[in-house]
Amino acid sequence: MLRTTVAVAAGKAARAASRLRGGGSALPGLVVERVDPRFLAHALSGLPRGIVVVTGTNGKTTTTKMLVAILRQHGLRVFSNPTGSNFTRGVISSMLGEIPLNGRLDADMAVLELDEAHALRFTEHVKPTHSLLLNVARDQLDRFAEIDATAQLLARLSEQTTRGVVLNIDDSFISRGRDRIADGVEVRYFGVDPSIADRLPELQEADVRFDDDFTAPKPGAGDGLLKPRDERSFEVLFGEDDTVGPVELRQRGLAAMINATAATTTARMLLREDFREAATVEALRTVQPPFGRGEVIDADGQPLELVLVKNPAGFTVALSTYGTTPVTSMVAINDNYADGRDVSWLYDVSFESLRERGVAMTTGVRAYDMALRLRYDDVAVDVIEPDLAQALDRFLTEHRDEPKRIFCTYTAMMTLRRDLAARYGLANFGEDTP
Amino acid sequence: MSKGRINLVHLYPREMSIYGDLGNTRCLASRLRWHGYEAVVHSHHPGEDLLPDAHLLVGGGGQDSGQARVEDDLAHNAGVLKDLAADGAPMLMICGMYQLFGNAFVTVEGRRLPGLGILDVTTQGNAKRMIGPVVLETAYGDVVGYENHSGSTVLGAGQQPFGRVRSGLGNNGTDGTEGAVTGAVFGSYLHGPILPANPVFADALIALAVRRATGRDFEPADVDDSVADEARLRQVRRLAG
Repeated sequence: MLRTTVAVAAGKAARAASRLRGGGSALPGLVVERVDPRFLAHALSGLPRGIVVVTGTNGKTTTTKMLVAILRQHGLRVFSNPTGSNFTRGVISSMLGEIPLNGRLDADMAVLELDEAHALRFTEHVKPTHSLLLNVARDQLDRFAEIDATAQLLARLSEQTTRGVVLNIDDSFISRGRDRIADGVEVRYFGVDPSIADRLPELQEADVRFDDDFTAPKPGAGDGLLKPRDERSFEVLFGEDDTVGPVELRQRGLAAMINATAATTTARMLLREDFREAATVEALRTVQPPFGRGEVIDADGQPLELVLVKNPAGFTVALSTYGTTPVTSMVAINDNYADGRDVSWLYDVSFESLRERGVAMTTGVRAYDMALRLRYDDVAVDVIEPDLAQALDRFLTEHRDEPKRIFCTYTAMMTLRRDLAARYGLANFGEDTP
Repeated sequence: MSKGRINLVHLYPREMSIYGDLGNTRCLASRLRWHGYEAVVHSHHPGEDLLPDAHLLVGGGGQDSGQARVEDDLAHNAGVLKDLAADGAPMLMICGMYQLFGNAFVTVEGRRLPGLGILDVTTQGNAKRMIGPVVLETAYGDVVGYENHSGSTVLGAGQQPFGRVRSGLGNNGTDGTEGAVTGAVFGSYLHGPILPANPVFADALIALAVRRATGRDFEPADVDDSVADEARLRQVRRLAG
């Protein structure tokens, strides 16, 4: 106990120091992890309604935020890790703001967004009661090496889950894992209604691992299926006669609707007879997009959309989501560890939808590689400026009176978001609470 | 007026193009067009007969499961591929396909999986992956890319490498070699993909393909490669000083 108290105090001090610097969110967690390796298990023990882990390649942050919003709308006290700090030490860092010195979190439930590799490391300390597995796509292959390896990581996470698992019925990398879930653990699925199945290829990775002897699971009454009504509004169908919606999100596109379907299905499993359709719709209708995930910033009276792109599937979805309303665009590509150091994946994305309008600017460490990529799709680039701050300044001043959009990798987004926060008086990273 | 039609074959685009290697095909097709030639891109899938009048063949990297899916087809088409190679057809094989063009791949457990033997190289599976950005010195100047492989490849006696490593690990991390070249067949671990940022090398492959397709020398047009050159130079400066 003393060790925990010391760890909490040291972590709180590190947190205060790093907030003064305006720095990263993981350092205080690292301090605690060093002082008390069992901190996490202790902090999360005794949450009466359990520990939910959300993981997968794309949509973790958005889905987590939606799920937390739904649960809170139902009156639960939910702890969550904000800002996409999805390594274990990031989770610890985010606890430090609200944890008492005895080191036990005071909440009904924890909903944690975890990176695929760290989700498994997390289970070495704490067994999740529930897990939600979103999808598997090519992402940061310099870290995960292969898609198959990522699928294995997630299957192992579901093995470690004690009460309930929610799987993507349309992503066979995920749904193949059903056989590895322990007896007595409830399995539910989310996915898309057969009426829009033809749109799946634009959203996910082809699975070439096996011959086609795999039959997808059949959805039942506990499983949520997405049925869009138009580009903005949709319903989630549970069996024949239970429907959530229609609801319209503040984020655009099919990917966000699928995230909402996953969150709704999971909330329905967690809440059981307490689940209320009206509260769920209200939560989904009002939840704000997380920083940089389709967030809209008021830039001198014009909307500026900040769109995080991390991998081919994500970039492709973003281009199809935003392609219907072309605006002046900038693309910011860094190749730091958190971005993925290999930029080869840009060649697995088609940029033709940007051709008519062109791209005003490319920026980031790999600004020239991005411009080169666009050249091979015959997309004109007006300016190449590797320096993010200078590029942002030019982009904002030279296109002051137009709606704008920035597609950016993770660390480029962090830098740009910080500059934008200073310029337009926005909340900073680490202050975004779901 | 087209200066000629070039058949460009991409081997196994579904199974063996996980790291953007389709970008090489895209690059070659665009450059052929920019130089005034007509490019016809053929995707070769497992179970199909290989196009006999291929002028340029490209293959990429895959996962172990992808490699398993193409092995039978590769064995089926081995004769055609060997004949094309012996006949001087240019080929660019990256990562997994580079390994399959070698003599053999020996797994971590010691199992020996035979390759096509077009390149005199042998690859030993490793538990540890070799991952990171690469700069090479080659006959086409500095070449930049990104490697991500668990196999460690050793050249046979007399086998020419594609380049010398200036930064990164290359074939095996010890002897300073990267890739292999025999006649017009090039093997390399470099993704990036390798061709867009290294247009001198891309055009060298095109020159070989043009001669094969038309019987005439390559007549390049004036292509602006300033963006590619800047992208490459920046990586060279960052990594190799």
